[in-house]
Amino acid sequence: MADKVLMKGNEAIAEAAIQAGCRFYFGYPITPQTEIAAYMAKRMPKIGGTFLQAESELAAINMLYGASAAGKRAMTSSSSPGISLKTEGISYIAGCDLPALIVNVQRGGPGLGGIQPSQSDYFQATRGGGHGDYHLIVLAPSSVQEMADLTIKGFDLADQYRMPVMIFADGTMGQMMEPVSLDAGGVQQYDKPWAVTGTGMKRPHNIVNSLVLDPAELEQQNFDRFARYEKIAEQEPMWESYRMEDADYCVVAYGIASRVSKNAINEARKQGVKVGMIRPITLWPFPKAALSAAAEQVRHFLCVEMSMGQMIEDVELSIRCNKPVSLCKRVGGMIPSPADVLSAIASITKGGN
Amino acid sequence: MSEKRVTLFAGHYGSGKTNIAVNYAKLLAAKGLAVTLADLDIVNPYFRAKDSEAVLASLGIRLLSSPYANSNVDLPSLPQEIYAVVDDRSRYAVLDIGGDDRGALALGRYAAEITRENDYEMLLVVNCYRPLSSSVQSTLEILNEIEQAAGMRFTGIVNNSNLGAETAAETVLASLPYAEMVAAESGLPIRMTTVDARLFPALSGRIDNIIPLTLQQRDFF
Repeated sequence: MADKVLMKGNEAIAEAAIQAGCRFYFGYPITPQTEIAAYMAKRMPKIGGTFLQAESELAAINMLYGASAAGKRAMTSSSSPGISLKTEGISYIAGCDLPALIVNVQRGGPGLGGIQPSQSDYFQATRGGGHGDYHLIVLAPSSVQEMADLTIKGFDLADQYRMPVMIFADGTMGQMMEPVSLDAGGVQQYDKPWAVTGTGMKRPHNIVNSLVLDPAELEQQNFDRFARYEKIAEQEPMWESYRMEDADYCVVAYGIASRVSKNAINEARKQGVKVGMIRPITLWPFPKAALSAAAEQVRHFLCVEMSMGQMIEDVELSIRCNKPVSLCKRVGGMIPSPADVLSAIASITKGGN
Repeated sequence: MSEKRVTLFAGHYGSGKTNIAVNYAKLLAAKGLAVTLADLDIVNPYFRAKDSEAVLASLGIRLLSSPYANSNVDLPSLPQEIYAVVDDRSRYAVLDIGGDDRGALALGRYAAEITRENDYEMLLVVNCYRPLSSSVQSTLEILNEIEQAAGMRFTGIVNNSNLGAETAAETVLASLPYAEMVAAESGLPIRMTTVDARLFPALSGRIDNIIPLTLQQRDFF
């Protein structure tokens, strides 16, 4: 039998999580990520893991909080409105400096919105989402293979930096099927001396808590946490450069929008337009250095987003508004077509918006 | 292959039921038969038979599908017209059943009528490259779960083993022993082997009852 299997993006996330050593999944059903829960429901009992359909999103995120505090690799998944419900718990997890994996398979919003794909939770994901000063590491896959790979990497980053990591996909990525090779190559182990696992009367109690009674101590915790964030911003940005060597124009897109954009870029190249793409893979930390380097080279940027224009703010900040940045967008569950992107590229090459 | 009046495609989600149902309906229509394609999928929110609506209409195939398919409405509902596939015996019917036992629940409502008429074929679509149906045993588990949910027994197997765009002729050939074992263990015949149309020339004549599939796709990548 072949090394590869044919998987939906949602399944690839679930199987990769299992291969990364995750044995606790807490979820609550919502389209278009339900296959993650369905897959976990089938697989977890067979490998001695726990699949638990919680009574609500709030319950699920707090179960994740508990399992993570006990030092276990654990995850939850949802789609946009469900993630909003989970943000209180995510803030607590961040405040406790706990590793955790949270998957958002986005759908259109705001409110109940719809079930079709979207990228309109960018601000929520990259700015933390809940209350307080904190970040998530936000990983944005653009293929089913990358959904698996980034899930495994996500667990490692979470443990390494003791913070929540979000896999940031959209409904199309979750539903589409592609061949995947799944070989985590062994689970990396991390010491978790802080975990609440019972003292065995041999050590002092570990306390996992986000309540800090002394304001000076709370301030210091925030300072320490942000020192860690600075290190992450330096060391962890990931991006893909596509046909940028000689580019005069730069498309910036992630996830499914980047796949549409690649088609448009290839078409534009055939027409003699020197256009390339920077595809952020980490949305936080945002690949600022790659963008500011591109700003030295290209005349104009084009953000392709399935939102009203959210990542565009990070692009403008990264290049300090040194070059014009235009936006090509579809929202509400609509996906831009290659023709949409091609005509936006044509427009900026003519000096338009 | 002699066609029954009703042909049902069921199986694991992502096994290829919708593509096969759409193509099979086209095959029947090409033989001059009056065909209705009914989308009984109450599970999958994306990638529906409705994606082929225009093509089906141009071939005179009647499509019965939820008015909410491909919309933002997340309701497991079926249109009332779907009763026509059991009531109107003047037309051939191809039924696209939702994935797994959850999807097959929708079939239960029509099972008694289809069984009473007794002019049907219920086919299990299998793909050994799908991780939850990669072994003969796990495939048989899915078979049993669907039969229980649907209240109907399978009559045959469709081997649709593939790796999407990376499928080669060898990929299909390597799946044959698996399909034969599923057939032997379940006592069901392999009614057809379905392959992407681009592989048909390489495989035609090497596998019995091989059918080329034109894949329905969205055009964004």
